[in-house]
Amino acid sequence: MKSNVITVMKKEFTRFFMDRRMVLTTLLMPGIMIYLLYSFMGQGFVSSHEDYQARVCVQNLPESIEAMAAQGEAIVFSEISGEQEREQAVKELEEGEEGYDLVAVFPEGFEEQVAAYDMSAGGQAPAVELYYNSANTDSQSAYSILLEVLDTYESSLANKFDVNPGENVYDLATEEDMSVQIFSMMVPMLLMVFLFSGCMAIAPESIAGEKERGTIATLLVTPMKRSHLALGKIVSLSVIAILCGFSSFVGTMLSLPKLMGGEVSINANVYGIQDYLMLLLVILSTALVIVALVSIVSAYAKNVKEATSWVTPIMIVSMLLGVTSMVDSLCMTEPVWFLIPLYNSAQCMSGIFSLEADMVNIAVTVVANICYAGVGVFVLTKMFDSEKVMFSK
Amino acid sequence: MKELLQVQNVKKTFKISAKQQKIQKTKERIKVAVDHLSFTAYQGEVFGLLGSNGAGKTTTLRMMAALITPDEGDVVVDGTSVVKSPAEVRGKIGFLTSELKLEEFFTPNYLFDFFAELHGVEKEAAVKRKRELFEKFQISQFAEVKVANLSTGMKQKVSLVISIVHDPDIIIFDEPTNGLDVLTARVVTDFLLELKEQGKTIVVSTHIFSLIEKICDRVGIIIDGKMAVCDTLEHLTAGKSLEERFFDIYAERAGESYEK
Repeated sequence: MKSNVITVMKKEFTRFFMDRRMVLTTLLMPGIMIYLLYSFMGQGFVSSHEDYQARVCVQNLPESIEAMAAQGEAIVFSEISGEQEREQAVKELEEGEEGYDLVAVFPEGFEEQVAAYDMSAGGQAPAVELYYNSANTDSQSAYSILLEVLDTYESSLANKFDVNPGENVYDLATEEDMSVQIFSMMVPMLLMVFLFSGCMAIAPESIAGEKERGTIATLLVTPMKRSHLALGKIVSLSVIAILCGFSSFVGTMLSLPKLMGGEVSINANVYGIQDYLMLLLVILSTALVIVALVSIVSAYAKNVKEATSWVTPIMIVSMLLGVTSMVDSLCMTEPVWFLIPLYNSAQCMSGIFSLEADMVNIAVTVVANICYAGVGVFVLTKMFDSEKVMFSK
Repeated sequence: MKELLQVQNVKKTFKISAKQQKIQKTKERIKVAVDHLSFTAYQGEVFGLLGSNGAGKTTTLRMMAALITPDEGDVVVDGTSVVKSPAEVRGKIGFLTSELKLEEFFTPNYLFDFFAELHGVEKEAAVKRKRELFEKFQISQFAEVKVANLSTGMKQKVSLVISIVHDPDIIIFDEPTNGLDVLTARVVTDFLLELKEQGKTIVVSTHIFSLIEKICDRVGIIIDGKMAVCDTLEHLTAGKSLEERFFDIYAERAGESYEK
């Protein structure tokens, strides 16, 4: 009977990998969807800035502003004159008619007025009026673009010193440093979420589903030890959950540079084999804990629906624990903190990604997680043995 | 004859939930499903358990199959106690009940191999047995079809075959012909007779009188969780039909509730 754990695992893998629909929906789709969604969002963000040209209706356009705006090629001016035309343009903008994104009104002789203005004298500064509609994306963008031009113009008037002039490199962070920063901030939480999501997609179905359909009873009348059934289920589901999580992770990582507008290049080459091995250990042990937890809840539930609804609050707690890697004040370094399940995983992952991994804490985390998973197997075994749990209706 | 299966004074109670109390219109919080029931099945005989729905037949069989534990008493299967060594008992018996379902995603072929592995059947022996049983029940024709796509009769054949994948000496069948068409029911009945000829000890629960008359050596009639009568078929019927005798006994034991 020693091979029963393997037999159960083989069956779980066959059940999952031979079911094309399941593989597609839980393994491939999340990764592909995340990649497409994030890439699309990033692309939309970039193209909206790159291609957009603000259509500005302007009165008394100063030459200096026109010249400055022409450098960016982001504004197309249409000049108007007279109060009537201005009121008409503002009205059209207010009514949302196609035509202009913004109406700018400069006072006559704007440049002369600016040159003559003495701030110490305390008089009224020349006023520029920008009419726009903040509820309209194009109008809001036009406002931001023109405001930036005006800010630049204002700064150029009193240019008494420059910060970081020329093309020298002043940001001393390397590409690797940026990668490390992004990985350590975001990835632990993402990994926790993805692992949990992967587990949620399969464990309730595998345990509560089998209970609901009466197929688990067929297994329970065999001489197989309940502990073998529990262990076989937990280990195989952990592997599948990791694969599902990995799919989402790859999708996120590939689309992250696009989501950030291509401004950030993420390079995972900063990490060595040792880092990846530590990460693998932490992820494996974390998956075991999560699967054990979800399996116990699923075994107690009467059906898949009930199991899923019970697991959701646990997922939220897991996400919150994952967020702790983003908050410095919640990052503890004493080994005792690494006995807290899921918190320990998030902290270890953060440590590994920031290249500041503490071997003792990682060892505590892995050992503690394996112990918790062992307790999970024990509890699940007892539940499989309990007729009240397994045959309750 | 060797006493291969001894049901010793077993009792099983279930808690009744508030919802069930409402449905059953009762204030009782505990239902006695099996009440100090005893009987023995000898090697090579077919023992029939007869009773109405809710009499306690299935609960008795589930205790015999070590799927649930008796509150009191014990079941000894070929010298092994269900209470002390349930896993060992499960290895000695073949158990079939409508409650046990097959995973619909898999094919009969896969399921046979899977359960053979769980029962520790050697690969070669499993291949041989699969060939024999699949031929006998004509499963080979749909051996690679997913259970989800099989008819009720086909599923029952597969369930039956899988329950005896390890060639057990003691076979416990709960309503083996229930819901089957006449042709499939005939195949199952013939197979039970064949198993009897092979010297297997069989316990069958049913409320089909003709099945009992056809295959059983001895019969136990369960009424309200208690063994009302347990005797050989000949002694029990004493010239009458089994159906007649059953209703006589039922009227005698169940009393008013039946006469109403």
